[in-house]
Amino acid sequence: MQTFDLEEQGLRALNQTLHDQANDTNQTSWEIINPRGSHAIAVGLDAPIEVKIKGSTGYYCGGMNKQADILVEGSAGPGVAENMMSGTVVIEGDASQYAGATGRGGLLVIKGNASSRCGISMKGINIVVHGNIGHMSAFMAQSGNLVVLGNAGDALGDSLYEAQLFVRGTVKSLGADCVKKEMRAEHITLLQDLLNKAGANANPEEFTRYGSARKLYHFDIDNAGTY
Amino acid sequence: MDDHNTNRPRTMPIQSATFSGSVNAEIRRAAATGIYDIRGGGAKRKVPHFDDLLFLGASMSRYPLEGYREKCETSVTLGTRHAKNPIELEIPITIAGMSFGALSGPAKEALGRGATMAGTSTTTGDGGMTEEERGHSQKLVYQYLPSRYGMNPDDLRRCDAIEVVVGQGAKPGGGGMLLGQKISDRVADMRNLPAGIDQRSACRHPDWTGPDDLEIKILELREITNWEKPIYVKVGGARPYFDTTLAVKAGADVVVVDGMQGGTAATQDVFIEHVGQPTLACIRPAVRALQDLGVHREVQLVISGGIRTGADVAKALALGADAVSIGSAAMIALGDNDPRWEAEYNALGTTAGAYDDWHEGNDPAGITTQDPTLMARFDPIDGGRRLRNYLKVMSLEAQTIARACGKNHVLNLEPEDLCALTIEAAAMAGVPLAGTDWIPGRERL
Repeated sequence: MQTFDLEEQGLRALNQTLHDQANDTNQTSWEIINPRGSHAIAVGLDAPIEVKIKGSTGYYCGGMNKQADILVEGSAGPGVAENMMSGTVVIEGDASQYAGATGRGGLLVIKGNASSRCGISMKGINIVVHGNIGHMSAFMAQSGNLVVLGNAGDALGDSLYEAQLFVRGTVKSLGADCVKKEMRAEHITLLQDLLNKAGANANPEEFTRYGSARKLYHFDIDNAGTY
Repeated sequence: MDDHNTNRPRTMPIQSATFSGSVNAEIRRAAATGIYDIRGGGAKRKVPHFDDLLFLGASMSRYPLEGYREKCETSVTLGTRHAKNPIELEIPITIAGMSFGALSGPAKEALGRGATMAGTSTTTGDGGMTEEERGHSQKLVYQYLPSRYGMNPDDLRRCDAIEVVVGQGAKPGGGGMLLGQKISDRVADMRNLPAGIDQRSACRHPDWTGPDDLEIKILELREITNWEKPIYVKVGGARPYFDTTLAVKAGADVVVVDGMQGGTAATQDVFIEHVGQPTLACIRPAVRALQDLGVHREVQLVISGGIRTGADVAKALALGADAVSIGSAAMIALGDNDPRWEAEYNALGTTAGAYDDWHEGNDPAGITTQDPTLMARFDPIDGGRRLRNYLKVMSLEAQTIARACGKNHVLNLEPEDLCALTIEAAAMAGVPLAGTDWIPGRERL
């Protein structure tokens, strides 16, 4: 286990050190102490390493992550795991706005609640939120899966493309072009797998699937009021 | 009685200036189709522009440099403020962001070839980075856009600079648009979208709002790329003084200001013609913002929107820009709107020079299309040469003017080298109206 004191050694040294880890590094386990809500912690990683952050983080923790497994033992600020490509990011507390924004791969797990715009413009990432999510989540979500064990706020999935949304609780309102869809066997299998990976104890049968009605894929003047 | 009426002089039919033929045609088109007009390009209306400025040249107080003997430098370095690896350009003219998707792969390749031969940079667009442009562009600026189509850390690391796009001159406040005809399988795959849909990308970034957030976003991008890459912030010509100020405060190395004549691949005509300020009106406020912050020349200013000639380049530099960027002009150099395709333009209901329905994907010149048959008409090697020639001519023109003004570097041109032909241009450019010492809006000395 390598321990890095962020307060003492600084952000630049931290990210440079983590970037310098090669694919075959034997320093695979890192612990970051004194994060104190700093921004851009452990961004742009690209090695199969484990990074444990002992406290809460500011903006963009784990941004553009590839391969690494990042654990935040606290809460995360806006844009956690934004544009993640692969690997995992796990938040033990809550996450602020735009969690997993534009993510293209990997798994983001939020064990608390996520604020507004969770999964905005997601492009292939899987996101599992153990608690609730805020308004405008999965706005313009293109692909990937968003799983919510709690409730969803207003305008879920507005202007959705091909991402799939699974919500166990209530949805305050659906956004434009987002509709309830049938849960078929393949969705149950997919959801069970995601729940297992996210350490979530829940019955997939209790979830409702939402997706795009695909009515806004081509402009039609008769749909103008929907936009 | 009848004879009297027949012979009486009649009032000549007068067309309304308000309800002109083109206005009425647009009303009829809207009534028939139920959709606003979508087109490419920039503002077509006449606005005060560089043509309204003149250089004074040498005189008793300024002596000129010999045109073919004395050196006049054109090199410029962008990104000197924070980046470890600033971009060194041989000429102060760069190629603006144009997406793969809006343009064909071979057209992107030609832009890279031409820019590289001329010693300058080209820029990606709202569709990610293609191998064609990376492979053929010695210096490539990677745009970071609200849609984040194709965004990934590997391309961030293999680019030469990052341009955070807040807005563009054709549509400040609007997002990208690429209609279904051009969403081929390859374009769709790069953008994670279903093929054939009408793509309307977001108008603002998904994970930050406002300059305080942008400062943190720029920090993240610098950390991901180990502080190597210059970071540009591009804004449309909306509030150039404040936008430039805020971009600098957010940490930009370079500010790009794009006036309303700057083109787009596709957006609503009403947006292009009615939102944003002319390029000429944007330069002095942006320069003043840099001067007020004490960073003029430390943070470089790139101006775009309607740059066509070396004279335009020289005028933009004289007003305080460090470089310019061209998009529409580069496309014309490649062969866009060439009269050789006139018969085909006519068949599309238009004419060479006016063709702007790039979103429909039927470009006879094979540049703004994803149709394999049309694309095959365009030779990227020849296109690259044409762009190289054009960039070289613009540079020579700018040097000619700079020498005539007694400058041994084009960046030494200054507002005092200029006068204006109209009161409007004098006010916008902050130079005297020709034949006077009057700069509208400023007290006489």
